[in-house]
Amino acid sequence: MNPMLILPIVIPLITALALVLSGWNGRKAAWLALIGALAHFAVNISLLLGVVNGGIQATYLGDWSAPYGITLVADNLAAALVAVTGLMGTTVCLFGIRDNLDESCGRGFFPLFHLLLMGVTGAFLAGDIFNLYVWFEVMLIASFILLAKGGSRIELIASVKYVTMNLVSSAIFLAGIGLLYAKTGTLNMADLALKLNENPDARLVLSSGAFFLTAFGIKAAVFPVYFWLPASYHAPPTAVAAIFSGLLTKVGVYALMRTFTLIFTQDQEFVTDLLLVVAGLTMVMGVLGAVSQNDIRRILSFHIISQIGYMIMGLALMSPLAIAGAVFYLIHHIIVKTNLFLIGGIIAYHGNGSYELKRLGGLFRHQAWLAVLFLIPAMSLAGFPPLSGFFSKFVLIKAGIEAQSWWIVAVALMVSVLTLVSMSKIWNEAFWKPRAEEKGDGATPVGFWMPACILASVTLGIGLNPGPLFEFSQETAAQLLNSERYIRAVLGEVVP
Amino acid sequence: MEWFWAIIVGALFATAIFQLLRRNLAKLAIGLILLSNAANLLIFSSAGLTRGKPPMVPEGVETLAAGHADPLPQALILTAIVISFGVIAFFLALLRLASQRLGITDLEELKE
Repeated sequence: MNPMLILPIVIPLITALALVLSGWNGRKAAWLALIGALAHFAVNISLLLGVVNGGIQATYLGDWSAPYGITLVADNLAAALVAVTGLMGTTVCLFGIRDNLDESCGRGFFPLFHLLLMGVTGAFLAGDIFNLYVWFEVMLIASFILLAKGGSRIELIASVKYVTMNLVSSAIFLAGIGLLYAKTGTLNMADLALKLNENPDARLVLSSGAFFLTAFGIKAAVFPVYFWLPASYHAPPTAVAAIFSGLLTKVGVYALMRTFTLIFTQDQEFVTDLLLVVAGLTMVMGVLGAVSQNDIRRILSFHIISQIGYMIMGLALMSPLAIAGAVFYLIHHIIVKTNLFLIGGIIAYHGNGSYELKRLGGLFRHQAWLAVLFLIPAMSLAGFPPLSGFFSKFVLIKAGIEAQSWWIVAVALMVSVLTLVSMSKIWNEAFWKPRAEEKGDGATPVGFWMPACILASVTLGIGLNPGPLFEFSQETAAQLLNSERYIRAVLGEVVP
Repeated sequence: MEWFWAIIVGALFATAIFQLLRRNLAKLAIGLILLSNAANLLIFSSAGLTRGKPPMVPEGVETLAAGHADPLPQALILTAIVISFGVIAFFLALLRLASQRLGITDLEELKE
């Protein structure tokens, strides 16, 4: 057994258990949670380094060899996402300390937060499809409670919608697993890929593929099943909304990328054509929704949807460059989106807790550095050079031109402009216009600006030196499109 | 026997979706319960039902001969039942809290 693959799942579990069993509150619990998150981050980074240097890694729990036992697999995509999860865990935990210490509803935040991290990490590392379902549920149950915990009217309404949609999606996922097992007699993803490659009857397999597409589509919030997201992400406290926006939908995108590059590779044209249309509509509907909103968090929620469209576009084009673009986009987006939600929280902190653009204003005058801090992720989201968003969009659009899918290129460019429109709307309303009412101009707590600064500098770093991440994305794309390496790493030399 | 279960699963999915599309909060919960049971039964029956042939390795033999029941789907369903039980319990508590605090029984009122 390889502990490097087990520790990223076990450390958040130990942290959560220690937090619950110690019964600590307040400062002590916060320190424990932060140490746990840092340890998680460190282990995840070393896993990523191990995968980059040593290739795809797999471990078999209880030494039951694949395809019979539970397998954990880390390829480039999984390891990179796990590493980013660690970064998000640390920064949002840091933000959560200040966000949760004062409130009575802060109790229980840290253990649930770490269980959420465990679920997300487990989903990325799962090597068999039923295990993926179980990790999805771990992640969802933690997120249900985090969302509903405050118990206010807005949170309860959001929770009912969020829980319902996710339960429906889980049931569809489960039905797809059942049908796939009936057809192949295996659940291990590498073994599934091997068995289905030999199976010439693709139509039979695509019926379960359709179940997976629907189930992951709901989780990833793509058109036409995205409506649960803007109905729920504006409700919880900033730290919860930030970690949701960064990680949860991206687990859905990851699952789509994994299953449709590894398992359902037959009759690919049908799936990719469908995905391309879905991607275009997701981008447009998301960005139009954002333009019509006047609340910072609702604007940002709708932007998650339109950005998911870009990632699906990369997957749908299915060329090495497009997949590399999607991977680049995925990593860039998690960092930028989480940061924007955190900065949204700081803006609200200076605006008497209001996210309404009408009630905000004058922040540029009193909090000039906050304006700069906002501009970095906002411009990156809109795709301005030299920030990370520019390069990810550039790669995707280049891939679209190479594939000669002109309409998706046109849509992607137009959506990018509209993204800029709504980012400048937040800028104009919250920072530029004179303030409507007198508010405290107090300093921002360290616990608020530090995580935002860390994430902004990562965005800047990727933007100023995109080479390494782009090369890594290309390597990842090569790995995803050539499933033989994945299969060989999991099943060993059984492969012919 | 598979045809019988196929009809049952189909009927359960249909009923579940019908209940989900109605507006009452309680019927929403019933719809979700039926939906998760339909998915479980689908796994149960789609792997093939074998009567009276438990997968026991007889004494003196190393491996199992063909034609025995497959135990894995049942293990999967057990996991799925436990998960859906927990989640549904949470959902019912959430719905009770929502209807008590907000006085909502109709999904149309779930607006802010």
